[in-house]
Amino acid sequence: MTVARRKFDAVIVGAGGGGMRAALQLSEAGLKVAVLSKVFPTRSHTVAAQGGIAAALGNVTEDNWHWHMYDTVKGSDYLGDQDAIEFMCRQASEVVYELEHYGMPFDRLENGKIYQRPFGGQSQNFGGAQATRSCAVADRTGHAMLHTLYQRNVRANTQFFVEWMGLDLIRDEHGDVLGVSALDIETGEVMILQARATLFATGGGARIFSASTNAFINTGDGLAMAARAGVPLQDMEFWQFHPTGVYGVGILISEAVRGEGGYLLNKDGERFMERYAPHAKDLASRDVVSRAMTTEIKEGRACGRDADHLLLKLDHLGEDVIKARLPGIREIAIKFAHADPVREPIPVVPTAHYMMGGIPTNFHGQVVAPYKTGPEEVVQGFYAVGECACVSVHGANRLGTNSLLDILVFGRAAGNQIIEDLKRNTHHKHLPGDAADKALARLARLDSQKDGENVAQVGDMLRKTMQAHCGVFRFADLLKQGVDKISEVAERVKNTEIRDKSRVFNTARVEALELDNLAEVAVATMVSAQARKESRGAHARDDFPHRDDDKWLKHTLYFSEDRRLDYKPVRLKPLTVESFPPKARTY
Amino acid sequence: MKERERARWRCRRGLLELDIVLQRFMDKHYAALDEAGIRQFEMLLDFPDADLWHMIVQKDEDEGKADMQPVLRLLQSV
Repeated sequence: MTVARRKFDAVIVGAGGGGMRAALQLSEAGLKVAVLSKVFPTRSHTVAAQGGIAAALGNVTEDNWHWHMYDTVKGSDYLGDQDAIEFMCRQASEVVYELEHYGMPFDRLENGKIYQRPFGGQSQNFGGAQATRSCAVADRTGHAMLHTLYQRNVRANTQFFVEWMGLDLIRDEHGDVLGVSALDIETGEVMILQARATLFATGGGARIFSASTNAFINTGDGLAMAARAGVPLQDMEFWQFHPTGVYGVGILISEAVRGEGGYLLNKDGERFMERYAPHAKDLASRDVVSRAMTTEIKEGRACGRDADHLLLKLDHLGEDVIKARLPGIREIAIKFAHADPVREPIPVVPTAHYMMGGIPTNFHGQVVAPYKTGPEEVVQGFYAVGECACVSVHGANRLGTNSLLDILVFGRAAGNQIIEDLKRNTHHKHLPGDAADKALARLARLDSQKDGENVAQVGDMLRKTMQAHCGVFRFADLLKQGVDKISEVAERVKNTEIRDKSRVFNTARVEALELDNLAEVAVATMVSAQARKESRGAHARDDFPHRDDDKWLKHTLYFSEDRRLDYKPVRLKPLTVESFPPKARTY
Repeated sequence: MKERERARWRCRRGLLELDIVLQRFMDKHYAALDEAGIRQFEMLLDFPDADLWHMIVQKDEDEGKADMQPVLRLLQSV
């Protein structure tokens, strides 16, 4: 089968904030850029980001990028790379002003400067008073960012391929990346997009868990494409769980509820957080609350027929307070939990929210992997930014408002790096004859499968396995069984069958391909988690409850081909300032 | 021809809230829509996520959106 082929200077997979920021840099430099997206660009998951963008502008209270850097290193539980963190925090003000210049309608202070609000984990003076660092557009920051970047990209002639799905990364015999194979969802046509630079900005993959705050599109496509092409995945054991997702659907109930005085109950009506965190109680940090909830569930004190959730009570706040201060949350509870919080509690569970791991990169956005001589050799022609990348600025735990900053800083940095690299690489490299074979073989397998597995059922099994064996709080026996179970699920994924074999808008085929990707991410997560015998940031083990810097101050690298693990050092040396050495993380 | 499948894919959104509501709508109501209803639904799908979600939960009567009210009411009910 011959496959159509198109050539670009750069091809970007994913049109969220990171992909579009990089695309803009490239298109404005006059390069020919293609951006692929499964959905219309402004419907990318960046739209769900509400908190804002962290930048030490100092518009409200005194601030300094170095303080922001300290908070980020500490928040990462010292697993973050300090060169990348310094790079990000130093550039924060610049990328925010740049976005303002592009037309982002930031909230303003009386004096006309950008308004800033406080957010958890941000401090002044290296762990002192609360900092006021988050720049926002009401509760629509992500939405405004996507619209601003999309408009600007249209003006710069970025070419969008909307409703296209990346299938596989194309590499030559030297390991250099030459582009991607992709599926036009509307026509079912497969095409090779050949490029001198390929950038992945495909977002997260928290749909591997039953309880997830992520939109359905977050299936880890970029990670799986990289993994299938031999690129390792870094730090996949680190997933941030939010304590209060609506039971059964995952939709986030903001911390604002507990901030206003709401609290959690178990099946006995006990306010159990008093036992786990006598002082902070329900306002303890996310990981502490999530772990306490998981312990209640495991010890049989959870609610409902399956004893699998807890209750978030806020009726004592009174109808007026709820309607005035938490209207959006009341709507969500009524719509998704069929519970009006004015009268009854909201059923909640800890819910997967953000993936700290991903495709390993340096702070220029170049993908790095241990190939020939060193642990961080540049994979020529390949770049990654945003949640799908692990640069690593979030380490073992991400701070709120650092993700929008991450995508802006590294989207731009990767764009600049590509511009430099393409000055040297002026021609497209020779495309091997088998460039699309891997993708075509997967499609052919799906078309010819007989007596195969049902995509929805196997997907359900995958999510349940991850939830039960690799959730918030991890236990040695569950992880061990989990590795076997998820391997069985991954085998079943290889035998999925779809009834609809047509080409045009075959969403069943797309969902089967997405399940292939979820399986890669799930196995990487389980294997990496089982191996890390310590508790650090979001990775909390029952049998190893403490951080162990002697043995585990290192990044995990997972190789899909033989499920092998390797490790590499954390970059503790910043670019210009002194290193922040690991110390106990208390708030 | 593949109108339903196309609509189903366009129900994939950036907000999980909308993913779930739109999927419920597809399962429950889409098959019973007439041509006008399908057109209304497709107009609604063209709204940005934040705006569409606002329209679904706020339930305020907006004169400008009167032509989409029947389908919007169904979306509000699922």
